Amino acid sequence: MTTLKTPIAFTANNLLDGEAVWLGRNGAWVKSVASANVFSTEDERKIAFEAAARADQENLVVEPYEIEVAFESGQVTPLKFRERIRATGPTMRLDLGKQAEQSAAVEIAAAAA
Amino acid sequence: MYRYDEFDREFVAARVAQFRDQVARRVSGELSEDNFKPLRLHNGVYLQLHAYMLRVAVPYGTLNSSQMRMLAHIARKYDRDYGHFTTRQNIQFNWPKLADIPDILEDLASVEMHAIQTSGNCIRNVTADHFAGASADEVADPRPYAEILRQWSTIHPEFLFLPRKFKIAVIGSPSDRAAMQFHDIGLEVRKNDQGELGLRVFVGGGLGRTPMIGKLIRDWLPEEDMLSYCEAILRVYNLYGRRDNKYKARIKILVHETGLEELKEDVEVEFERIRDGVLKLPDEDVAAITEYFAPPQFDQIPERSDSIEHAKLDNRSFARWVGQNVSEHSQSGYGIVTVALKGTGEAPGDATSAQMDVLADLGERYSHDELRVSHEQNVILPHVRLSDLKAVYDALLEAGMASPNAGLITDIIACPGLDYCALATARSIPVAQELSQRFADLDRQNDIGELKLKISGCINACGHHHVGHIGILGVDRRGEELYQVTLGGSGDEQAAVGEIIGRGFAADEITNAVETIVDTYLSRRLSDDETFLDAYRRLGPQPFKDALYPAKEAA
Amino acid sequence: MSTLFVDGAVHEDRWVSVDGEQPVPEGEDVIVSLAVFEAQSHALVTRNAGRLGVYLEAGDQIEAIADHLDHIVLVALDFPSFADGRAFSKARLLRDRYQFEGQIRATGDIRIDQVSHMRRSGFDAFQVSHQPTIDSLIEDKDSGLDLFYQPAVGDSAERIAGKNWARRAL
Repeated sequence: MTTLKTPIAFTANNLLDGEAVWLGRNGAWVKSVASANVFSTEDERKIAFEAAARADQENLVVEPYEIEVAFESGQVTPLKFRERIRATGPTMRLDLGKQAEQSAAVEIAAAAA
Repeated sequence: MYRYDEFDREFVAARVAQFRDQVARRVSGELSEDNFKPLRLHNGVYLQLHAYMLRVAVPYGTLNSSQMRMLAHIARKYDRDYGHFTTRQNIQFNWPKLADIPDILEDLASVEMHAIQTSGNCIRNVTADHFAGASADEVADPRPYAEILRQWSTIHPEFLFLPRKFKIAVIGSPSDRAAMQFHDIGLEVRKNDQGELGLRVFVGGGLGRTPMIGKLIRDWLPEEDMLSYCEAILRVYNLYGRRDNKYKARIKILVHETGLEELKEDVEVEFERIRDGVLKLPDEDVAAITEYFAPPQFDQIPERSDSIEHAKLDNRSFARWVGQNVSEHSQSGYGIVTVALKGTGEAPGDATSAQMDVLADLGERYSHDELRVSHEQNVILPHVRLSDLKAVYDALLEAGMASPNAGLITDIIACPGLDYCALATARSIPVAQELSQRFADLDRQNDIGELKLKISGCINACGHHHVGHIGILGVDRRGEELYQVTLGGSGDEQAAVGEIIGRGFAADEITNAVETIVDTYLSRRLSDDETFLDAYRRLGPQPFKDALYPAKEAA
Repeated sequence: MSTLFVDGAVHEDRWVSVDGEQPVPEGEDVIVSLAVFEAQSHALVTRNAGRLGVYLEAGDQIEAIADHLDHIVLVALDFPSFADGRAFSKARLLRDRYQFEGQIRATGDIRIDQVSHMRRSGFDAFQVSHQPTIDSLIEDKDSGLDLFYQPAVGDSAERIAGKNWARRAL
């Protein structure tokens, strides 16, 4: 079992509304990076890649790709700044994007935990 | 301004229906993303970081109040209550749902607007001088030509899958307010000694990774040959433009690698073959389109408005705004108002739906129902009676749009950058906001004088940094935002590409760096009348380098 | 497996494609690659039996065959990808500049959403592999509009008064 140098997650945008989503722990696509499934071995990555490609083919999401993340004390944080912005929203408009719906996201995370 | 005829209406309606069908086929799975992408791009639909984005064309920057109101309506109904005016006379909505886009396009069609060819490797929205039909120095209104080009280029079957995007700009005065020489084709309407109208044609200008000033390919083109000549250029480009590398696919690279003379020969051969064919423009057709752009019924009013002169004396802020944001009109007693969407700390080019409604009202009431959007991300009220300026100012002030900074250092162009854009490598808007706050003091701005500051969040240069007097390019260096500075660029008739001044600056250093540049200029200028650009051209980069990188110089 | 459409109808493809080393079959209608054509142009244009077609890849130019068009009855133009639009201009040149009256056949990555543009650029035959496109063409749907802002090859469409450049399909 090869362990990845950096853990990863899979992300894409929803086909219908374009919203940024991540491949979640139950295999569904989730709207909060906090609920993203984190993969740390080559085998997991392969399986996740196939799941992501399937979702692409089934027209649930558009052009999925993997991102590097930090996974510490249950917190998922994308490493790239671009991906952190996707996970939250425009940095100068805190009233827009996922950060604006943060309270909702916290509830989802609590429900998932 | 141009009004759709029955043909245009039917065309746009059919196009909306076609896109509705394409969206349905995408959602049903018949079309894969690979197949759908070029189709959605031909209708201005991108997929960005957070959502889809819809780019709507404001052809050659002209719109009426009901069109502006519709943009406000779309922002309210389908988006997050604002829109972003771009450097190509488009407006972008950042949060539409794919399923809503056919409805948005239908709403746009109801006011004679569309999003056709606002992206993709095709002929894009044709742009023009935002002062067209109003400015005192105009030879002829460029918009009839732009409208004819808009029509000809719309779903041109041969030119929808070009090597890369293709941008055309048209101006009609010796002052270039449209960065015409930085377009794939730049056209300048001129009059010859016989009083006939024709065009001067530039080819191969552009910004992006390899900025180039357009080359003069024809000094005089009779107006009747405009479409034939453009078609000849496009055909040569489509056949010979590079397709092996997207960064070398613009026509500027073809011009550069082939050489202007050889390319010109190919173009002229094709042009001679087709010039007397079906694309020759009959005088009466040009006249019919020109008629749409006939000036409004101006009143004969005095050159000076006493009430305004009094108001200026009473109200220093108003006087400042008039001095900075009102330009000379061709008609005595009128002025051209620039509404700078550049309030202190705001995102350049953004307007809320409420602000768009105010602009629509002002256009309707005070500007013969006309508005313009400029490539500098401002809105223009082109035909305002001087005696109405105070009323316009008061309304703008209340709506937060009375920034008296047109053409000054805080009248910044900035692309959406990494806060929205999937291509960006660094943020632009926060840099613009911080600079706008640093230089907020109006006395200081006025002392600095004309200074064009332009910011791009990646090498594609949507923020026109190459032609900023001060240009800023955000890049990603090992995960950190880094900002490179260019100096001495200019997008006007004295076109110049800025030079990189030295190593880049971190996000928390860039504002100080700009301030150092400005302070260097202020201390070295010959007089208050020597602009930043003039001073830079006289001094060269060295004094600015010395100021920016003192340690290095000492070593 | 591809389906050939000529003038809007499904057609059996009797043409033999010839590329590389293989000899050109006697008496057959052949479509030869540009390399084969250039190597054997004299023999090909003076053959007694069998018609001659030439296949041009996206990077090949029309000029390479322009002097021989009197002997060529079919030109196949390849679309290596949906996004590569060079063949549109080549078809246009064949019809307009060289008055070529033979078949212009589109091959490669052809999607229904481009077929109407291909027709207006001068194509009259389509060799299609993409199944939804085949289905649509069989149903005679090409998803194009009937209104055009520019004249096209062999235009029989109606001119629009006041807009010399615009056309409406008859």
